[in-house]
Amino acid sequence: MEDIIISVLQRTMIAGTPLLLATVGEIICERSGILNLGVEGVMSIGAVVAFIVTFLTGQPWLGVAAAIVAGMIISLVHAFASITLQANQVVSGLALTMLGLGLSGMLGKPYIGKPLAIKMNSFAVPFLADIPYLGKIFFDQSPFFFLAIILALVAWFFLERTQFGIKVRSTGENPTATETHGVNVSLIKYTCVLIGGGFSALAGAHLSISYSKSWIEGMTAGRGWIAIALTIFALWNPGKAIFASFLFGGIFVLQYLLQPLGISPNFLAMLPYATTLIVLLIISFKDPKKLNAPAKLGEPYKRGER
Amino acid sequence: MYRLKVTNRDNITKTRSFMTNVFSLGAGLVAIGILFAINKVNPFFAISEIFANSFGTMYGIKETITKAIPLILIGTGLTFAFRAKFWNIGAEGQMLMGAIFGSWTALTFGEFLPGFIIIPMMFIAGFIGGGIWGIIPAILKIKYSINEVISTLMLNYICAEFITMLIVGPWKGAERFGFPGTNDLPGSAVLNVIPGSRIHYVTLIITILFASILCVVVYKTKFGYEVRVVGENPDAGKYAGINFFRTTLMVMVISGGAAGLAGVGEIAGIHHYLGHPASISSGYGFTAIIVAWLAKLNPLYTIISGLFFAGILVGGDAIQISLGLPAATVQIVNGMLLVFLIMGDFFLKNRIRIQ
Repeated sequence: MEDIIISVLQRTMIAGTPLLLATVGEIICERSGILNLGVEGVMSIGAVVAFIVTFLTGQPWLGVAAAIVAGMIISLVHAFASITLQANQVVSGLALTMLGLGLSGMLGKPYIGKPLAIKMNSFAVPFLADIPYLGKIFFDQSPFFFLAIILALVAWFFLERTQFGIKVRSTGENPTATETHGVNVSLIKYTCVLIGGGFSALAGAHLSISYSKSWIEGMTAGRGWIAIALTIFALWNPGKAIFASFLFGGIFVLQYLLQPLGISPNFLAMLPYATTLIVLLIISFKDPKKLNAPAKLGEPYKRGER
Repeated sequence: MYRLKVTNRDNITKTRSFMTNVFSLGAGLVAIGILFAINKVNPFFAISEIFANSFGTMYGIKETITKAIPLILIGTGLTFAFRAKFWNIGAEGQMLMGAIFGSWTALTFGEFLPGFIIIPMMFIAGFIGGGIWGIIPAILKIKYSINEVISTLMLNYICAEFITMLIVGPWKGAERFGFPGTNDLPGSAVLNVIPGSRIHYVTLIITILFASILCVVVYKTKFGYEVRVVGENPDAGKYAGINFFRTTLMVMVISGGAAGLAGVGEIAGIHHYLGHPASISSGYGFTAIIVAWLAKLNPLYTIISGLFFAGILVGGDAIQISLGLPAATVQIVNGMLLVFLIMGDFFLKNRIRIQ
């Protein structure tokens, strides 16, 4: 029994990791006022690029770096359309998702079903990993897990406690006033969209070289969309995103846990999506003012217009 | 030093709007050609093959019309939702829900009823099914301010799993020999096709009627006006006393219902049984978003843009086989064209001068 609980919690952490990475990326992006619905596509690009580079070079970290670069490059499409061309962010984000899913399918076609010879080994933190129970769950994990937590905390610090964070937040709240203070609003937005893209790609890389160690089309399975919902659930706060993501990681694991009980696997597969709706419903009962949504989220900003 | 000066364009003529779309699509095709070239496929050959296979042969034209039916029907409904700035990304799920309702009606009552009764019943059931699946996100948005992009997408996944649950479980047909799927629909519930093709003309007629009626509704009725106000100037709408809840519900009944009709058409006209969700719809609900966008949200223009994207589906399938391209090719083409269409809008709305 103890072993089962430990193993379930361990897998919860693994399943929550890509959600956390993508959610933090989307939070950074949305805080600057840009809604990016392309997460699913960028995640898919990250997954395929990380896999291909790792497969060809045998260097998982090189794969991760390549994935981040690729994720940033493809996110430029959304940045250019929504910031420079002031296009509708919903449509532009959808285009990015289609493009990302399509390109990753094309790039990855020769690699479908090929297993990765070298995988990202899990990393045990010295001493801490030896703590009974907790050590196995929290300190003997995929490096992506530690990376995700550290990045979430760093993102929180940057957004809430630094000059740069103030610029990002005020860009999302009131770009016109921010511009009059001499801040280059477009530059801030571009930076945040690209950082967000890098985070999403990193989440994808975790899926293909650490979580499943193979590439198949559609392996992101809606995680990018769930990350967008988690952004709301976390009230645009990277710290709360940690809690939200691992809660959802648990729901992904619950599917497999409940299957032996004879519940239809398709019914269980609905769980993460249904829970997303339920969570958003619960959030909606909060005072909207406390939701903390960036005031100008999704609205194109035009310089010199009041 | 030269500077780009961007100013708003005041008068957007129909010709300019049309030409901008044509140029955007052209630029998109060039970008796709570059991608083909990178993949060591001759771009001129590949792109001409797409159109030769979809519009160049009699067989291609028939297949293009067949695939245009769901695209136009769903796209027409989406123009309505998008006009009200309701971002319905859930047409895929609404279509599947229509397919579920339609198949249930056919399998339950089809044996006892003649075609002219059961077929209208199926379409009505499909419309209701799609409408219900469309109303849910509308209620969630207006009453609980839940973002409709997220809710419609989640409902897509839920509906796809629901169909799979039905066809491997309670609805699994004895005729399928253990494979997932219901039994074949009774003969009276199957739609006739134009001989020598797969064009189920009943759905085609419904599609054209639906697009025409919606076009009249958008431009000539009070309700259509309210929909446009809700989307373009919600503050003015609130002052004018427009009931947002009612308008949004109606919009989503129409949009979801249209997708539901398309689901019934696919089941009764093409597949003749309820099978795996991925086989019922190869992403029609998503492609229809681009169909609606290219039509500039005019319900009638979706007939043209729907045929265009159906052609890309048919031609894309053909070159996948002949040139060994991956299944994702059509998705890349769609995504790329959408990107260029949005960029084109910028040049339509703004005048750019070099000073």
